Amino acid sequence: MAFVAFGSQAPAKEQGPSKTSRVALFLLLPGLFYLALFFITPLVSLIITSLKAPSATGDIGRYDLGLEFGNYVYAVTQYAPQIFRSFSFAVLATVIALAISYPIAYFIAVKSRNRPLLKGILLTLVVAPFFISFLLRTFAWKQIFSNDSLVVNVLKDIGIFGADSYIIGTNFAVVFGLVYNFIPFMTLPIYANLDRLDLSLVEAGSDLYASPSKTFRKITLPLSLPGVISGTLLTFIPISGDYVVASRDFLGGPDTAMIGNVVEANFLRIQDYPTASAISVMLMATIVVLVSAYVRRSGTDDLL
Amino acid sequence: MATEFIARGQDLELKGIRKEFPGFVAVDNLNLKIPAGEFFALLGPSGCGKTTTLRMIAGLESPSKGEILLGGKDIAGMKPHERPVNTVFQNYALFPHMSVLENVAFGIRQRKLTDPLSKAEKALAMVELEHLAQRRPQQLSGGQQQRVALARALVNRPSLLLLDEPLGALDLKLRRQMQIELKAIQMEVGLTFLHVTHDQEEAMDMADTVAVMNQGHIEQLGAPEVLYDRPKTAFVAKFLGQSNMFIGKVTETNSETTSIEYKGKKITGLTKRSEKVTGVIAIGVRPEKTYFHETQPIADPGLNILGPGEITDIRFTGVSNQYQIDIPGIGVMTVFAQNVGRSPVVELGAQVYVSWKIEHSFGLSDLPSGVEEDK
Repeated sequence: MAFVAFGSQAPAKEQGPSKTSRVALFLLLPGLFYLALFFITPLVSLIITSLKAPSATGDIGRYDLGLEFGNYVYAVTQYAPQIFRSFSFAVLATVIALAISYPIAYFIAVKSRNRPLLKGILLTLVVAPFFISFLLRTFAWKQIFSNDSLVVNVLKDIGIFGADSYIIGTNFAVVFGLVYNFIPFMTLPIYANLDRLDLSLVEAGSDLYASPSKTFRKITLPLSLPGVISGTLLTFIPISGDYVVASRDFLGGPDTAMIGNVVEANFLRIQDYPTASAISVMLMATIVVLVSAYVRRSGTDDLL
Repeated sequence: MATEFIARGQDLELKGIRKEFPGFVAVDNLNLKIPAGEFFALLGPSGCGKTTTLRMIAGLESPSKGEILLGGKDIAGMKPHERPVNTVFQNYALFPHMSVLENVAFGIRQRKLTDPLSKAEKALAMVELEHLAQRRPQQLSGGQQQRVALARALVNRPSLLLLDEPLGALDLKLRRQMQIELKAIQMEVGLTFLHVTHDQEEAMDMADTVAVMNQGHIEQLGAPEVLYDRPKTAFVAKFLGQSNMFIGKVTETNSETTSIEYKGKKITGLTKRSEKVTGVIAIGVRPEKTYFHETQPIADPGLNILGPGEITDIRFTGVSNQYQIDIPGIGVMTVFAQNVGRSPVVELGAQVYVSWKIEHSFGLSDLPSGVEEDK
């Protein structure tokens, strides 16, 4: 779904071969096998785990097969704040990332179109963070924002911050880290789309009495919508499940945990596999529903 | 039907327009005046500055120097969306995310005029595409897209309609058909049309006035018949149709005729059809104004006679045959003969003489490059 979305531009309706030949099925076999092994199997396993009951022997971390739908109720009631926070953070970070990335992508794709050197440098800068592990980069931000860091001290000196103010562990730090980490995923699809924008359409808009801002709203923006959709999906979906940035080891604190952190804690620390699985299944279902509604609303059904 | 679109076209005047791009001058000291309601063609090879000129009038480029007057008002400082000018783009530039109808209504909507859709429908009816109003541009053929682009521009009743090689992407047959339609629409609505093209036939066929552009300036401007019959520069003579050209020193000139000596032969033209009558000049003649003869014609002061020479190539083009005749000591001449059954039937290798009436010669103001000069 989202993989197709990455191709941005709405694909022209092509006439594929209508009959499913045996050769085609044969060629599909490796793909189907891959899907069965690495997607269907874990999914089924996850759902089965999410319905397991605590072991009759009472051992921690051991569970018996069952149909404990109560696991879901427990997960929702227990972790409602984290679930809500995850989606709020994801929406907020996606919107901020879009606001930052669109102008960047526009500048690289449209304004630098005739300057290949500048374009190359800017694109490299967008991609450059990928050269370093995102764990390291997020950790670097932790240093920059830490309690006795230059940033915090300067903010205290100029009086914006009180003596006991801090950044790490706040909602701001987490959303900042999420935005930072996902800007390239937003910028690149929008860039790929705007790079193909036919500028004569923009000229035609201005020729037909549309002011520059009108031309942008009526022509450039609608035409770049597939890129925007791809970018927001590539940002929103992974952010919803992110467990690094909001973790206490990185930019988060006790009050910033997201679904990803809950899943991680239940799986790896508490060893409450059914609850962790139930949350994972709900996260997946929610994302599928939200994304479908979003893509449908945007009028780019081709992407689904 | 078209009364809806009749607008007062306005005069366009360009004064001393210059456009510099980094490293070269695209347009230099361009002056021209297009009267209201005229179909004007700017003709030239690619890179001559004609599209740059059009884009400056549309406001998509700003001139480095000079004035653009539309109806007497300088519009050079206005933004494109403020100018009462519309363009039919070379690739049509139809908005792919809108229906044909919305494309046509776009300009009306932007100006917040009443009834955008009914106006757009009328414009589509004018180009006979009302039945395709709800389609997307991508679903239309090239000729249909071209007409949508035309309707989208005309619906705004611009003072001046700019056409940037609008027929360039169409195949020959469709292009000829669209030329006729475009001309008919222009006559109907009476707008000022500025048509940019590199197709000399298209320009001569449609325009009231043609300006031939070369290297950023206008070589010659006038009615197509005049340009063709009396090119003033070697560039025009070569660009508009074909020419046989002879360069030589003027040997005699009087109020009636002027002659040059070209490789020992006298070639004569009328003095009033010569731009220059002293020194070394070029005299040309159109291939279809020349005749060939199987026997030597009788010498006549009213005729230029060359030959004999050998026919080295015959090309059949339908209505006419094009002959290449290699005359020893003179060079290769091109002669067109209509296939009307009156010309002698000659074969490759035949020896013939070539003649033309002196009043069909034209004398140029400059010398063509690449033609051997008789020292």
